Amino acid sequence: YIVSKSGGLIFNLDHNVPKVENEKTFSYPLDLKLEYDSKKVCVVFGQKDGITVGHVLSAINGVNVNGVTLEDGRDAREIIENKDNYPLNLRFHRPKMTTNEKIVLASTFYPLFAIASQLSPEPKSSGIEMLETETFKLNCFQTLTGVKFILISEPSQAGMEILLKKIYELYADYVLKNPFYSLEMPIRCELFDTNLQSLLEQVEKNGVSSI
Amino acid sequence: MIYNFYIFDKQGNLLYYQEWTRLKQSGITCEEEAKLMYGMIYSMKSFVNKISPTDIRDGYMHYKTNKNALHILETSSGLKFVMNTDTASTGIKDFMNQFYLKIWLEYVVKNPFCLPEKPITSELFKAKCDEFIKQSTFYGGIKSI
Repeated sequence: YIVSKSGGLIFNLDHNVPKVENEKTFSYPLDLKLEYDSKKVCVVFGQKDGITVGHVLSAINGVNVNGVTLEDGRDAREIIENKDNYPLNLRFHRPKMTTNEKIVLASTFYPLFAIASQLSPEPKSSGIEMLETETFKLNCFQTLTGVKFILISEPSQAGMEILLKKIYELYADYVLKNPFYSLEMPIRCELFDTNLQSLLEQVEKNGVSSI
Repeated sequence: MIYNFYIFDKQGNLLYYQEWTRLKQSGITCEEEAKLMYGMIYSMKSFVNKISPTDIRDGYMHYKTNKNALHILETSSGLKFVMNTDTASTGIKDFMNQFYLKIWLEYVVKNPFCLPEKPITSELFKAKCDEFIKQSTFYGGIKSI
C-alpha cells in the first residue's frame, strides 16, 4: 500500500494472499449461529472445522452467494431457515476487503501512526515503523515528503525495510517521473505495476539479499 | 529498558499506571493520555483484525517506532497490559505472560479488597510490580552498558 501525505490510499497491490475457504455439509438445525445483516451472512458463534467467527457465507450447494442473495436470485436466509432444504452444503470464507474498506483502513492507519509518536516516552520519536502480530508483520516507511509505504508480510520475513526502500526507488523512477501523474492522486501507471510485480517475484524466489 | 506500564480493563478504564524512566512527558494529564492510549489500542485492534490475511488467535501484538516499542497483551477476559520498552528488547511476550500469572493473579485477583473494574490502590501490588519489573533483564538494560 502507498498512502499519500494527506492519508489517502493512492496505490494498493495484493500479492499472493492465501484464501481460506471451508465447505461442509450441514444438517438441520445448524450448529453455527449466523447473523444476517444487509450485505452479508456472517458467522457469530460456533467455531468448528476451520470455520470461525467472522467468516462469511460464500456458496450454498455450490451456487455462489452474492451478499444475501444467491446467484439465481433466491434469498439465502430463506433457504437456510427452511428445514426441507437440508442437508445443505455451505461454503464459508474470510471476508475479502473491498476497495472502499481498504481506503478506510488506510485512513485508520494514519492517526494510529501519529498518536504512536505522541504517546512515545522518548522525545523526537517517529511514528509506527513496524507492527507485528502473530499472523502478519506490517512495515511502514515514511519518506521525507510524508508519503508512507506500507508493506504487509509474513512475520518470519526479514529485510523488509530494504524492500520498502527499493519500492520507494521504483516509485521515484516510474511515478514521479511520469508527466501524466499528479501528486496525491491514485497511481495508475503500468510501468510501475509491472516493475513492482517483478520485484516482488524476485524477492519471493531468492530473498531480499538478491536486490 | 522499560519506560512505563498501563493496565486497562475491558471497558477501557485505566486500572493501573506506573512509569520508570520516561524522558518525554506528553503535555496532557495522565487520564487524558490513558484515554488516548486506549483509543489507539482499540482502533489498532480492529485495524489488525481487518487487515490480517488469516484469522488471529492470540491477543498479543507490538509495534516499533525508531525510539521505542509498545507491547500489548490482551487476555481473553478483555484485560489489556500495555508496556513501553526500548526497541532492542525481545521476548517481552513471555515476560508479560509471567507478569500476568505471578503478579496480577497473585496480588490483585486473590486480594478481596481489590474490587473488579476499579483502579488498583493496593500498596503490595505496587511494590511487587515495581520489584518484578526492576528484577527483569529488560529494565535499565541498554542505558547501563
